[in-house]
Amino acid sequence: MDEILIGSVLASTLRVTTPLLFCALAGLVSERSGVIDIGLEGKMLAAAFACGSAASLGHSAGLGLAAGVLVACIFSLVHGFACVTHRGDQVVSGIALNMVAAGLTVVLGIAWFAQGGQTPPVDAAVRLGGLVPAFAEPEAGHWLESVLGHGLLSHNVLVYVAFAAVAGIWFLLERTRPGLRLRAVGENPAMVDAAGVSVGRLRYAALLVNGLLCGLAGSYLVLAQNANFSPNMTAGRGYIALAAMIFGKWKPLPTMAACLLFGFLDAVAIRLQGVSMPGIGEVPVQLIQALPYLLTVVLLAGFIGRAHAPKALGRPYVKER
Amino acid sequence: MSQPVVLPKWIDIGLLPLWNLLVALFVTGLVVLAIGQSPWQALSVLVPGALGSLRGIGYTLYYATTFIFTGLAVAVAAKGGLFNIGGEGQATFGGLGVALAGLWLGPHLPAWLMLPLVVVAAALFGMAWAAVPAYLQAWRGSHIVITTIMFNFLAATLNVYLLVNWLRPKGIMAVESAAFADSARMPALHELALKWFGVELPSSPLNLSLVLALAACVFVHWFLWKSRAGYALRAVGSAPRAAHYAGMNPRVQVLVAMGLSGALAGLVGVNEISGVQGKLTLDFVAGAGFTGIAVALMGRNHPVGIVLASLLFGVLYQGGVEVSFDMPGFSREMVVTAQGLIVLFAGAMATVSAPMFAKLYGTLKRG
Repeated sequence: MDEILIGSVLASTLRVTTPLLFCALAGLVSERSGVIDIGLEGKMLAAAFACGSAASLGHSAGLGLAAGVLVACIFSLVHGFACVTHRGDQVVSGIALNMVAAGLTVVLGIAWFAQGGQTPPVDAAVRLGGLVPAFAEPEAGHWLESVLGHGLLSHNVLVYVAFAAVAGIWFLLERTRPGLRLRAVGENPAMVDAAGVSVGRLRYAALLVNGLLCGLAGSYLVLAQNANFSPNMTAGRGYIALAAMIFGKWKPLPTMAACLLFGFLDAVAIRLQGVSMPGIGEVPVQLIQALPYLLTVVLLAGFIGRAHAPKALGRPYVKER
Repeated sequence: MSQPVVLPKWIDIGLLPLWNLLVALFVTGLVVLAIGQSPWQALSVLVPGALGSLRGIGYTLYYATTFIFTGLAVAVAAKGGLFNIGGEGQATFGGLGVALAGLWLGPHLPAWLMLPLVVVAAALFGMAWAAVPAYLQAWRGSHIVITTIMFNFLAATLNVYLLVNWLRPKGIMAVESAAFADSARMPALHELALKWFGVELPSSPLNLSLVLALAACVFVHWFLWKSRAGYALRAVGSAPRAAHYAGMNPRVQVLVAMGLSGALAGLVGVNEISGVQGKLTLDFVAGAGFTGIAVALMGRNHPVGIVLASLLFGVLYQGGVEVSFDMPGFSREMVVTAQGLIVLFAGAMATVSAPMFAKLYGTLKRG
């Protein structure tokens, strides 16, 4: 029976990690360019709503994805307009976007669909299914099929895109010229400006990448995880992603590791309910749910290594006169 | 780059915030139009619903009471140079303090002793929950915005854990504590009016906490602008290095600012748990901590402004409920949308319109 347990825990870990990973990478790109993003939660929620509406009305996953990404990018641009162009407070702007998303998705949902804020379910044919249907369920006695097949290879395309995005973002930041500039603009924008590169344009570009990734995160929730949009369906995932990004010290690979850890905790939390652990006794499910936040606080306090934020994080850039 | 805009004070703290508020409400109106409803009809239900009857006014003031507490909390932290987004968690803890005091001491103590005790418990619990992020910011250098966000979630999960495992009476399905004894209930104003003056008022959740909220405003004003400790807090908030040089300890001031801020947020527990629910419930703060950010922004971190902004949001929340009853297809989340737009336009984009006003002002002065 172990192969079934391992296979299904592995599979559900990857499934719940995916939206966290998209979102955490989105936050990472924005924050490495020096723009704080508290608004991950709101962008993901707005994207999920847009995707749910478009995919169920248009009967197309592509349309849903496009709508999700577009709406998240619009939110990102508003953030940029307030904080990059007009040097407004980045935290305040993020909070505002979260509130607008939380309110607007329900207001529009009720007005358009009259189903208590939910969108109609997306057609089963439109939803993203596993790439290899043969591995859909783990099989007793078959280790290879259960662990490798069901655990790793049974997922839909967005799961693999999310992990590919880790490599992509790493390559972009560490191995390309725009990536170098993007990192520089988060550490020392005056230097980038002196080199003749526009600080504002770079930060807007980072915000658009951020919007794209948040859009994918929100769309995943509707197209792969649930069958439709429901109010507040992100349920704090944007903040967990923020925590994962900090836990990963603003670096792609450690951020992925943090997302996997938090995803794993989420996946086992339900299984551990009422189970007595050897030596510890019954672990309250709330403690497991609280662990991501607790670990992040402990890390930030410098008790397990130090997390160094980009130096210019949160500081609007003012050209010297 | 242009020179920073210098505007006269009456434009900067009077006209500009009002203008930003109008822009936010205008965009809200556009959203109402977009879902095929009439903004005028919504307004014509909203305003009488919130202010047109004694019952409506009672509800409006009840909402405003909570917002005054969370607004003051954000403002005190802001004066100390800190952004406290942890109002939500600190208020949850305040409610927990109220509940523990109410459940354990309520049956044994009379109201005149119990009610001050409930207030103190709420303040102390809120203060304690804010003190941890404050300590981590001042001594360990972790960013207060992030830690207070994390602490919001931690408080919510802890509340669930305590309710499910310890405070819920056996055999009850609903996730809530037992009801408190009457001595731990903050008296409703309509009951007091009947008992003391023989005046019959319609029933509403408005309770004595309103008086506490107004007292808190007076205290915060005295503390920030008339006391030595408040001076140190503001000095560290506006120029930490200069204040340090003048002999103030910035780390201690972080604790003071966040402690007071948390205590104020904790008092939400008095209004909601002791005043209205009479038992500890899940999720009773319901976003009021975030509304406090909007309130403090609109009220320019000043007690008078905060009272006015709280009234505005009280009208929006109470009126919003009435509108959602009256107009089918209109959800009360419209108020959350409006609140977000107000934070966006009056907070994050507060200075977007400043150059326009500067130009106008310059032309008028010359002309």
